[in-house]
Amino acid sequence: MKFKPIKDTRQEAALFVRRALSGFALILLALAALAGRFWYLQVEHHDEFQARADSNRILTRPLAPARGLIYDRNGVLLAENIAAFRLEIIPEQVGDMDALLADLSATIGINDDDIARFKALRKGKRAYQSVPLRMKLSEEDIALFAVNRWRFRGVDVVPYLTRYYPRGQEFGHLVGYVGRIDERDLQRLDPSRYAGTTHVGKIGIERSYEELLHGEPGYELVEVNADRRPLRVLERVAPTPGKNLHLTIDVRIQDAGEAAFAGRAGASVAIDPRNGEVLAMISVPGFDPNLFVNGISSTDYKALLDAPDKPLLDRALRGTYMPGSTIKPFIAAAGLELGVRKRDDTVLSTGEFHIPGQQRGYRDIRAGGHGRVDLEQSIAQSVNTYFYSLALDMGIDRLTEGMARFGFGAPTGIDLVGESSGVLPSRAWKRARFNQPWYPGETVIAGIGQGYWVVTPLQLARGVATLAARGVPQQPHLLRATQDGFGDEPTKLAFSAPGEPVFRDLANWEAVRDGMIAVVNGPTGTARTMGIGFPYTIAGKTGTAERYSRTTEAWEHISQVAIERHQVLFEAFTPAEEARIAVIVALEAGRAGGRDAAPIARTMLDAWLEGEGPPPDALAARTGDAP
Amino acid sequence: MIDVAVANLRRMAGSLLGKPRMDLPLLGALVLLALVGLVTQYSASDLDRGQAVAQGVRLGIGGLLMFVLSRIPPSTLRNWTPWAYAGSVALLLVVAVLGEGRGAHRWLDLGVLRFQPSELLKLTMPMMVAWYLNQRPLPPDWTSLGVVCVLIAIPAGLIAEQPDLGTALLIVASGLFGVFLAGLSWWRIGLILGSVAAAAPIAWNFLHEYQRNRVRMLIDPDSDPLGLGWHIIQSKIAVGSGGMWGKGWNAGTQSRLEFLPEHTTDFVFSVYAEEWGLVGVLMLLALYAFIIGRSLWIAANARDTYSRLLAGAISMAFFVYVIVNGGMITGMLPVVGVPLPLVSYGGTSAVSLLAGFGVLMSIHAFRKRGAA
Repeated sequence: MKFKPIKDTRQEAALFVRRALSGFALILLALAALAGRFWYLQVEHHDEFQARADSNRILTRPLAPARGLIYDRNGVLLAENIAAFRLEIIPEQVGDMDALLADLSATIGINDDDIARFKALRKGKRAYQSVPLRMKLSEEDIALFAVNRWRFRGVDVVPYLTRYYPRGQEFGHLVGYVGRIDERDLQRLDPSRYAGTTHVGKIGIERSYEELLHGEPGYELVEVNADRRPLRVLERVAPTPGKNLHLTIDVRIQDAGEAAFAGRAGASVAIDPRNGEVLAMISVPGFDPNLFVNGISSTDYKALLDAPDKPLLDRALRGTYMPGSTIKPFIAAAGLELGVRKRDDTVLSTGEFHIPGQQRGYRDIRAGGHGRVDLEQSIAQSVNTYFYSLALDMGIDRLTEGMARFGFGAPTGIDLVGESSGVLPSRAWKRARFNQPWYPGETVIAGIGQGYWVVTPLQLARGVATLAARGVPQQPHLLRATQDGFGDEPTKLAFSAPGEPVFRDLANWEAVRDGMIAVVNGPTGTARTMGIGFPYTIAGKTGTAERYSRTTEAWEHISQVAIERHQVLFEAFTPAEEARIAVIVALEAGRAGGRDAAPIARTMLDAWLEGEGPPPDALAARTGDAP
Repeated sequence: MIDVAVANLRRMAGSLLGKPRMDLPLLGALVLLALVGLVTQYSASDLDRGQAVAQGVRLGIGGLLMFVLSRIPPSTLRNWTPWAYAGSVALLLVVAVLGEGRGAHRWLDLGVLRFQPSELLKLTMPMMVAWYLNQRPLPPDWTSLGVVCVLIAIPAGLIAEQPDLGTALLIVASGLFGVFLAGLSWWRIGLILGSVAAAAPIAWNFLHEYQRNRVRMLIDPDSDPLGLGWHIIQSKIAVGSGGMWGKGWNAGTQSRLEFLPEHTTDFVFSVYAEEWGLVGVLMLLALYAFIIGRSLWIAANARDTYSRLLAGAISMAFFVYVIVNGGMITGMLPVVGVPLPLVSYGGTSAVSLLAGFGVLMSIHAFRKRGAA
């Protein structure tokens, strides 16, 4: 090794030490700067980064609450939850979604409806959230999927609770059904409460008490990795199940009525006049609500829509019927209260009534008339002339006002969605509807429940219940009690305050009631046979309204077939002295109210009686027999 | 015969173990650092004992190499230097032609052993610069500087082409530190730094697109939070959420939940910072400062210019690891693949680092007479 003579090793060493010192100083400076940077991140901005770390790692996963069950007043189950399986897809984990869906459809039963719904639902969710594709998989589908599972990344079979309505079509309208949440539902639902929920009440009780039935969702704080794959549950707040609902409905009455309709289109409502509890609410034909829970097939849906007897129409709530003669007790009540008639005033029925100075005749049911009749006879025999003249004497304005006090022309406010308000004839209504003045002839026919009159079965039932309760209106309702859990005692709901009494003088009520008693029990009553053998006195009234105007071609065509010609109605309450049930029956086609509608009402009253136990006198007689 | 053999063995063992040849403070600091590294590895790998053991084995191999090198006198090293340098550059050329690696051609597969020839340069580069400057009058003149630049540029260019910007940077730094310690005048340093700054825009054009993106991400990581900015953002979240006292060992959520990529290798410092907080970071930086300072002290007490420059360059290159890695994980410097020395997972860097400390130990053992 050669060394250059000019090298001064001592000076080189000294230079090196200076350089090493300055280099080390620079290094310390740089390390201090780095330390400063750490201070800046770890102390100065710690909170911000802590928050970001937390939001990174913790995912809040909603837990859907179990939906509350629905019972009738006796504890009979009307809606329950059963275990089922559904197919879910996590879009993020799927490469080619269209190919996957095509492949799935080819493998198991996925139809176009499922795919359309899936695509709609997907819009509202993030890519890592799973979206249901098909509900309520059959066992075969589950097996097929399990075998082919390796082909479907991001697809999973998930257990869940699905709604089941054990009584099928009987309560399709009343209890309603839940269905998959769709885009329209999303607009009215609180997204945070429904984050984990797939179904929502669509109609009926399920819809109107959605709030109670749904319950409060819980959540899980799940620690996830960067792929959002859950690693463990940090915290779990269990969902609060929805409240169980106990309805006012008595399935025994509902069953009996449903059976008695024997498939004939119509509706029936039974109410406890003392408190407005709806004991039965029947609309025939019904539909199976279970079809709708997991998405009805378009074929099934079309069949229901196109059926001539409109099974999807809730006739009790929205059916429109001309009240006909069933309105007469109410007209009578209004006339008495107004002082237009006294109980014993009589009217001569000649078979045809004329407005003074007018040519047009208004007919009685019986050709040649009923002779001279008082109020009781007029109700019992349904004497049109009596009510023509009464209506004319009251005038339309007072008639409208009197009928409004029984609730006609307005929704009853029952705890269901979609109620119709019917039509209570009035000058104002006609002006608003047709922009025409009111004619006296219209007042005349309004007196017998014809013309513009439209009532829903529920409205009529409320009217009858009000009449039955000596004119004290009670709010019709379906919810009797709520229950937090299975072990808990159901909490009975307080009744709403009764409305303003219709009768100022109860003698007027007695007069109307006696007329209605005579309908069922009098020698000339229009429903003479329906009360035979019933332990309590039944007060009732028939109604037979023509379905088609006599001037139209349809009338000519149909007039040959009596059964098709009329809408027939029957209203009743019992016991006549202290009514505990009021019932109305409306049949869309029948010969006469007394003949076709009244027997259905009687069947329902018999069923009610069974539940009530033997009447007090029978009970007394039996205890008397005992030694 | 047996007696002679036993006597020879005994003498060998005595010479190996008898006299403390190593600098004990430096050795202690390195052992402490290795332990911190193992503990952090164990946590960062989510309590994967295998990974900690594997790292321990590598540290053991590195320690053995350090021990062996510490027994080799610096004069011997000096005699090998040109051959070692030429050999490692030749291996780089071989790798450039037929090397294999993950996206980057930097590995050489020798069947039983896979290693990166670029790691060899971390030692042979400062050796070569020291060897050359040792023969030149100091402080270096323009000629010396020019020759050194060529010596640096050849391997650095080959490595940057692999592409492995981090290693190239370390090698360039270790070479330049040699010139700096040799006493290159400050005005020349200023002139060089000025022209580098002026040439930076030109160099930009020679960068790979992914390398440019790394620089862009540094300026605005949020522009692509799930793509290239992800590393920087997640690392800063990890560090920042650690706070003053840290989340505790094995409680770092960022790394354990795989938000943090490369959390056992290049970004292990983020895991450490998340788990031990600012206090832990300051203690670790203090440990690094001590190792660098002690190494420079050894260099200052070296027997000759070659040893001095070599020891000094190795010490200061060690600092480059720390500052580049720390700057990267805190979002101050671009993402370049520079590990945190002796803490990051990976055999090659641990072995080459410990080999460097072996050279330092040897220089310490053969220091000036009279030096402490």
